[in-house]
Amino acid sequence: MTPPDSRTTARAVPAELASACTQVALASQADAIAGRAARYLAAPASTAEAAAVLKAAADLALTVVPRGTRSRLDWGRPPSACDLIVDTSRLNSVLEHAAGDLVVSVQAGVQLADLAEVLAKAGQRLALDPPAGGTIGGVVATNAAGPLRFRYGAPRDLLIGITIVRADGTVARSGGKVVKNVAGYDLGKLFAGSYGTLGLITEATFRLHPKPAAAATLTLDCPDPQSAQAAAQAMASSPLAPSAIELDWPSAAAPLTVSVLLEGSQDSVTDRTGRMRALLEDQATARDTVSRGNAPTDSGTVLRVAFWPGQLASVLDVIRMTGADEGLDPAIGGSAAAGVLHVRLGAAAPAANVARFVDALRVGLGSPAEGADDAVRLLPSPASALVLEAPPNVRAAVDVWGPVPGLALMHAVKDQFDPEHRMSPGRFAGGI
Amino acid sequence: MDDKVVSRLTEICGADDVITDPQQLRTYECDGLTAHRCSPGLVVLPRSAEQIAAVVAECAARQVPFVARGSGTGLSGGALPRADGVLIVTAKMRRILAIDPASRRAVVEPGVTNLAVSKAAEPYGLFYAPDPSSQIVCSVGGNVAENSGGAHCLKHGFTTHHVTGLQIVTPQGELTWLGDGTGAAPGYDLVGAFTGSEGTLGIVTKIVVKLTPIPETVTTLLAAFTSMGAGGAAVSAIIGSGIVPGAIEMMDALAIEAAEAAVACRYPEGAGAVLIVELDGAEADVARETAAVREICEAEGAYEIRAARDAAERAAIWTGRKSAFAAVGRISPAYIVQDGVVPRTALPKVLDRISELSAQTGIRVANVFHAGDGNLHPLVLFDDKAAGEQEAAEELSGAILDLCIEHGGSITGEHGVGADKSRYMPKMFGADDLDTMQLLRCAFDPAGLCNPGKVFPTPRLCGEVPGVRHAPHPLVASGVIDQF
Repeated sequence: MTPPDSRTTARAVPAELASACTQVALASQADAIAGRAARYLAAPASTAEAAAVLKAAADLALTVVPRGTRSRLDWGRPPSACDLIVDTSRLNSVLEHAAGDLVVSVQAGVQLADLAEVLAKAGQRLALDPPAGGTIGGVVATNAAGPLRFRYGAPRDLLIGITIVRADGTVARSGGKVVKNVAGYDLGKLFAGSYGTLGLITEATFRLHPKPAAAATLTLDCPDPQSAQAAAQAMASSPLAPSAIELDWPSAAAPLTVSVLLEGSQDSVTDRTGRMRALLEDQATARDTVSRGNAPTDSGTVLRVAFWPGQLASVLDVIRMTGADEGLDPAIGGSAAAGVLHVRLGAAAPAANVARFVDALRVGLGSPAEGADDAVRLLPSPASALVLEAPPNVRAAVDVWGPVPGLALMHAVKDQFDPEHRMSPGRFAGGI
Repeated sequence: MDDKVVSRLTEICGADDVITDPQQLRTYECDGLTAHRCSPGLVVLPRSAEQIAAVVAECAARQVPFVARGSGTGLSGGALPRADGVLIVTAKMRRILAIDPASRRAVVEPGVTNLAVSKAAEPYGLFYAPDPSSQIVCSVGGNVAENSGGAHCLKHGFTTHHVTGLQIVTPQGELTWLGDGTGAAPGYDLVGAFTGSEGTLGIVTKIVVKLTPIPETVTTLLAAFTSMGAGGAAVSAIIGSGIVPGAIEMMDALAIEAAEAAVACRYPEGAGAVLIVELDGAEADVARETAAVREICEAEGAYEIRAARDAAERAAIWTGRKSAFAAVGRISPAYIVQDGVVPRTALPKVLDRISELSAQTGIRVANVFHAGDGNLHPLVLFDDKAAGEQEAAEELSGAILDLCIEHGGSITGEHGVGADKSRYMPKMFGADDLDTMQLLRCAFDPAGLCNPGKVFPTPRLCGEVPGVRHAPHPLVASGVIDQF
C-alpha cells in the first residue's frame, strides 16, 4: 500500500470536525470570502450541533467565519484567515411565533423574506427592510437596516433575545421572549453589528409589529441640499408618524428628491397623506413605492455615512465637494432623517481616487459646518464613513473602518469573547 | 476609609463636595429599595466628568470599590453603597449642555432629571420619551444604568432606544466616548451594551439622547370592569386589533381601594379592575382608535368608560395609577413592590395563580401593572411588626417571580437586578449564560471595583486574558503556506 499523498491528506476534513456535524465538506473556490479561500464548510442544523462544530474548531485551532446567504459577507475587511465556514442554511426553522404576544423566535439561517411570509399570515411583520434581504443571522450580525430604520430602528432595536455560540463552543443566551426585560447584560446589542467577530449567532427573538393595511409615498423634488434638509426635517417633526424618510440623489446633475412613507389603516393613510401633502405645500407627488436610494449594483464601492440628522445639508455638500475634487460623481441615498446615507461609486472609479475621497470625506464630516448647533460640537467626531462594499483594488487602498469611538474597549471585549482571535479575524474595526 | 483616599478625593472634589461625617453618610445608606442598607465609606459629589475620572482613577489605584448614584430612586438596590467603598453621587452634575432641535438630540449631564429634559425640549415641540414613574426626580444617568422604561415605553421604547452616545469614565478612570450621537457609529454597539448594565461597567458623564415630536393628540380612557379576567381580555383584544396604544395600565380592586384611600381618585365604584388606555398620535388616528378601544372594552363587559377631554382630566385619571405604589401604605403597614414580566397572553393565567397563592397564604396582593407589555407590579402587603410576616411576604414575592420564569417571562422588566435579585438570576439564566455576560464585565472592569456584588450572584474571576495563541502565521494568512 502506498502512503497517501500528503496533499490529499491535507485536504481531508479532520475527523474531529466530521464527527461534530452531519454536514461537513471541503470548501471550494466558490466559497472564498473576499478572495480569501476557505478550507472546510460545516452546516449545523441546531444550536447544539453548531456548538459541537465550534468546539471542534477550537480544538483544531481553526479560524471560523459564519455565513448566511452571503448578501453582506464582504462587508468590513476580508478575513485575515478562514479555515472553516459555518454555513447557517440548515438553521432554517421558525421556532415559535407567539402572535398574541407579537414576538417571534427564529434560527439564524431563516431568510428575512421567508419569515415575512410566515408573519404576514397573522397580519404581522418584523419591521426590518435592509435592501439586500438575507438571513436573520446576517442581518443581525451587520445590524443592517433599510428605510424603516426611521420609525423602527435597526435590528438592535427589535431584537429581544439572542442565542450565541462562543468561539470555544459555549452556548449562551441573553434577553428572552418578552419585550420588557432588564435582567442581565444585553448581549444582543453587542452581537448586533459584530460582523461574526464575537461568536456565532444561532437563534434570535424579535418584537413584531402589526402589518399595515395601507401605505403611501409622497416624493418632493428639492432644488438643493438645504431644501432637502428642510423637507426631511418637516416630515420628521410632523405629528404624522412617517415610517420612512428617504433621500435619493443619483448624481450631481440628477434631481435631488426626498420621499416620505406613511403606513397604517386605509383611512389613516388617506388622512395623513393629505395632511403631509399640505405640509409640503402641495409640491409633493405620489409615488408607488418609497425610493430606496439604490443605484443599480455594479460591484462598485458603497459607503455608509452616519451623521446627526440636522447636519444633512452640510453632509450632502461635503460628499459632493469631496467627490468633485477627485473627479467622482457618487450616487447618494438613504434614510435622510435617521442620519444614515449610502454613497455609491461605480466599479470604474480609480482606487486611488476613491481612497482619497474616503479620507477627505472623513475629514469633512469630522468638522461640523459653521453655525452648526452646539450639541454636535460636544462630540469628538459626530459622524462616520464606513466602507461596506468595494472592489478588491479599492479595498486594498482604503481604510475600510476609519476612526471608531471606544476602540480600546472593543479590543478588550474581543479579547474576552474570542481570546484566540479565531472568529472572523481581521474583519472588524482596528483589525479585530 | 483610608485617610490617604479621603485627603486625595478631597483635593480632587473640594471639601464642600466630600462627605465624611457618619450621620450625613447615613442619608446615603440606601436607594429607593430601603430593605437593603449600608452606610458608605465616603461620599463624593463631583461637579465635572474630569473630577469623576480623577476619583475613579484614585479608587482604581488603591483598589477601593466605588458605586455611582444618581437621584437614588432605584428599586433594586443598584446604588446600594459599600462600607469599604466610595459612593459617587452625580446630583451636582445637572446641566443640560445643549439641545439640537434640527437633529432631535439633547446632550445632558447624568444628574439631570428625566422630566427636565422634556421640559427643556418642549419649546421645540419635542420631548424625551422614556417616562419612569419617578421622572420628576430620577436622573438620566440612573435611567441609562437601569435602561428605564415607564408607562409609555409600550409604544415609544425604553432608554436604550433613545440613547445614541455616552461619555463614560471607565473603571480604570479614563474618560472615553461610546458611540457618536448618530445611533449608527461603526464598531461594536457599546452604547447598547452599557445601557442597562446597572452601574457595573463604568460611570456615565454625558448622555446624548434622542428627542421625539410631541404627539398632536393624546386621549386617555378609563374603563371599569367587574373582573380582572374581563379587563385582561380587553387588553388582548386591543393589541390583537393592531392598535399600539401609548400605554395600557391595569389595576385590581385592592390597588384601586388603596389609591382611593390615598388620593381620592374617584374611579368607578365597584370595579374589580380598571384599565387606563392612552392613545397618542395624529388627530384623526387617535379619534378612530379611541372609538375602536371603546367598542372593544364594551364588548368585553366594561360597565363604565370615561374619556379625558383635557390635560386636567387626564391627570385625574393618572393620579390613581401613579400614586398606587405609595398609596398601598394606606392599607398596609408595609409592602414589597415586585417587578416581573410575563408574555401578555399569559397574563390571565398568571393573575389567577397569584390570587390563588394569595388566598392560600392569607397574604394580600395588590396588582398594578403595565398590561400592554405584561409587566406586573404585584404589591405584597404585610405587617412588619407581626412575627414571620415579612418572611412569608418575601416568600410569596419570590414565588411570583418563579411564576414569571415558568411562563417564559423575566424577573425584572424595569427595576433592575441590582442587589435585590441577583439570587434569582440563576433561575432565569444558565451558568454559561451568566459566565458569558460576565465576559463583558471583565472587558470593562477586570479588577471588579465598579459597583461590585450587583447583578450577578457570583463574580467571575477575570484573570489574565490568554495571549493570542492561534493567530495565523502571516504566511498562512496570505495563503503562501498550508498548515496541515
